[in-house]
Amino acid sequence: MSYQPVKFYQTGTFTVGNRLLPPDVRTVQSTQRRTNSLNSGHRACQGCGEALGARFAMDAAMEASERKLIAANATGCLEVFSTPYPETSWQIPWIHSVFGNTAAVATGIAAALKVKGRTDVRVVAQGGDGGTTDIGFGCLSGMFERNDDVLFICYDNEAYMNTGVQRSSATPAAARTATTMAVGSEPGNVFGQGKNVPAIAMAHEIPYVATATVADLHDLEAKVKTAMGMRGARYIHILVPCPLGWGHASHDTIRIARLAKETGLFPVFEAAHGELTSVSRIRHQHAVEDYLRPQKRFAHLFGDPPRRDVIDHLQALADRNIRRYGLLDAKESV
Amino acid sequence: MLKQIEGSRAVAEAVALCRPEVICAYPISPQTHIVEGLGEMVKRGALAPCEFINVESEFAAMSVAIGASAAGARAYTATASQGLLFMAEAVFNASGLGLPIVMTVANRAIGAPINIWNDHTDAMSQRDCGWIQLFAETNQEALDLHIQAFRLGEELSLPVMVCMDGFILTHAYERVDMPTQAQVDAYLPPYVPRQSLDPAEPVSIGAMVGPEAFMEVRYLAHVKQMRALELIPGWAEEFRRAFGRDSGGLLHSYRTEDAELVIVALGSVLGTIKDTVDAMRERGVRIGVLGITCFRPWPQEAVRAALAQAKQVLVLEKSLAVGLGGIVSNNVRTSYAGAAQAVRTVIAGLGGRPISRASLERVFAQALDGTLDPVTFLDLDRGLVERALAREREARRSGPIAENILRDLGVVGARIS
Repeated sequence: MSYQPVKFYQTGTFTVGNRLLPPDVRTVQSTQRRTNSLNSGHRACQGCGEALGARFAMDAAMEASERKLIAANATGCLEVFSTPYPETSWQIPWIHSVFGNTAAVATGIAAALKVKGRTDVRVVAQGGDGGTTDIGFGCLSGMFERNDDVLFICYDNEAYMNTGVQRSSATPAAARTATTMAVGSEPGNVFGQGKNVPAIAMAHEIPYVATATVADLHDLEAKVKTAMGMRGARYIHILVPCPLGWGHASHDTIRIARLAKETGLFPVFEAAHGELTSVSRIRHQHAVEDYLRPQKRFAHLFGDPPRRDVIDHLQALADRNIRRYGLLDAKESV
Repeated sequence: MLKQIEGSRAVAEAVALCRPEVICAYPISPQTHIVEGLGEMVKRGALAPCEFINVESEFAAMSVAIGASAAGARAYTATASQGLLFMAEAVFNASGLGLPIVMTVANRAIGAPINIWNDHTDAMSQRDCGWIQLFAETNQEALDLHIQAFRLGEELSLPVMVCMDGFILTHAYERVDMPTQAQVDAYLPPYVPRQSLDPAEPVSIGAMVGPEAFMEVRYLAHVKQMRALELIPGWAEEFRRAFGRDSGGLLHSYRTEDAELVIVALGSVLGTIKDTVDAMRERGVRIGVLGITCFRPWPQEAVRAALAQAKQVLVLEKSLAVGLGGIVSNNVRTSYAGAAQAVRTVIAGLGGRPISRASLERVFAQALDGTLDPVTFLDLDRGLVERALAREREARRSGPIAENILRDLGVVGARIS
């Protein structure tokens, strides 16, 4: 376990102000050492979870690599809002090739660095859920199985947001998107579909797999640093709420991300070589309804009458995660 | 050093002499022997430092090459046919980013129907992708073009495709003169990229470019290709002085001095055409050959000059623009000062159909006496086509076309007669 959760309750939330922490456990982001890898002034929407996640992840990776970092980026929101040329928000060497090949481009960069004897320079690949779980999946799996020296970070906002909120294989059941419309007898995305890429990454038995959310940025930074301390293929899957696509208030991004974890819908864990090594336990369990209700993409579940059956089905999925990952186990995470 | 080796092996050894740093390999016939040869050399340590990466698709092969080249490494891969199409998005991206990757295309037909044999459909499908496209006539030229390709691509920051006929060249054992490492080192300086992903000097590569600058970026790609037209002849000359061989360049004219009819073609079929022309010349026919080595950029002025005396032009091409006719012919027409109808198209050798001297002599004679159609399909079996069309007239559910034709032919699978 690379990160010891610190419990401060006086703020009334789980937020831990960095000023309350000893300097050595503060986030990179809270220090003057932060590199602003993804600099301010980009064009992400207000409350964008992806921008927040990328900023923390890249600065943590910069810190861990002693500022010797190269990033490959998939097509998508992150690419579009950060590089409307001649403006670029990236203060690190950064390349965007196409939508589906980011992991392979990163493999190529890593190979070039190895040939050049520059193994001090590290490589990160990043993309959204579409560029990871769908169109980029072949190249991602190839990079994993060859155990190439690349950290791949997926910023999962559970749909194709850049093109206008269409379903991806990371879209949750019942969610409304532009291609899983909230109409008909079973509105929203269907049950029984979708791809659990963290689990698939684990099946490749790569050195490190972790999930995280933008609700716990200490945990996110710690996982990036852990990953950067290793060689070979590594994967971090970060849940990043999207106010535009999910239909929640832009000031609720952190709260929604926290509820995803606290309901059990999004299990937060670490794994090494295919084995689960730590789990972030639920601290205050919420019913899935608390997570679903603030999001317009689930509004069709709360009409008159509400779709209790669908809500119960989603609760059952959360309960399965809780059982499967031991999210409510009394003992401290392993 | 003279060697009697397979064309693929010759290319592998030539690429090895160019000191590649990252090689991406994905198997597809008829290219596979090339990367097998290189993989063996890398594994043995003969090319160190060099990374040989077994990727999961051609799309990944080109993408790994993109990453490697952007990080400053000399990158190489090889493909053919379906593989080239599968990587097409990354092929365009590599040229758009200005990355001097060198790729061998072992030319092969595109399905359906699936067919592993030689024609030029694969390379022609990518003719406007922004890569320089060179076509080899012989294994010696294929070998030499790879050495020139790295130099050309790296000078211009453009990727280069070296096209060689699948099986006809890749699998043929022929004598080649393999240069020495010292010769290649003297001709090909180490790769110094114009742009590189470097933490000491961070840049963003591959940003979103809108209408305000996209035209200019594309135009500059065109300018670079035009620049290649100026550089290639000089470098071919330099190559001739350094290696003692006339290889590469924009095009090769053969017996065109007083020719009334000039045959234009690309690749290995030029050998058969030259034999045919020699025979016809002996009978006093004024016929010559123009071999196009550099197809992209299109050597507009050089072709115009080479065809200046020709009264008629016959373009023999191993690809088909379905619904139009010839692809190479349309390029030739833009470079021919005479009447457009004087440029005739002969589609030949699709899917590995043999191109015989007898058939060539027949269409050349027809061209000379003015009886050749504007677009002709060499050795097309009209009977088979008529039966297929009749079947479609007779029944709505006439079934799969290719399989029906094979049944008409009475063969179990595709064959080369």
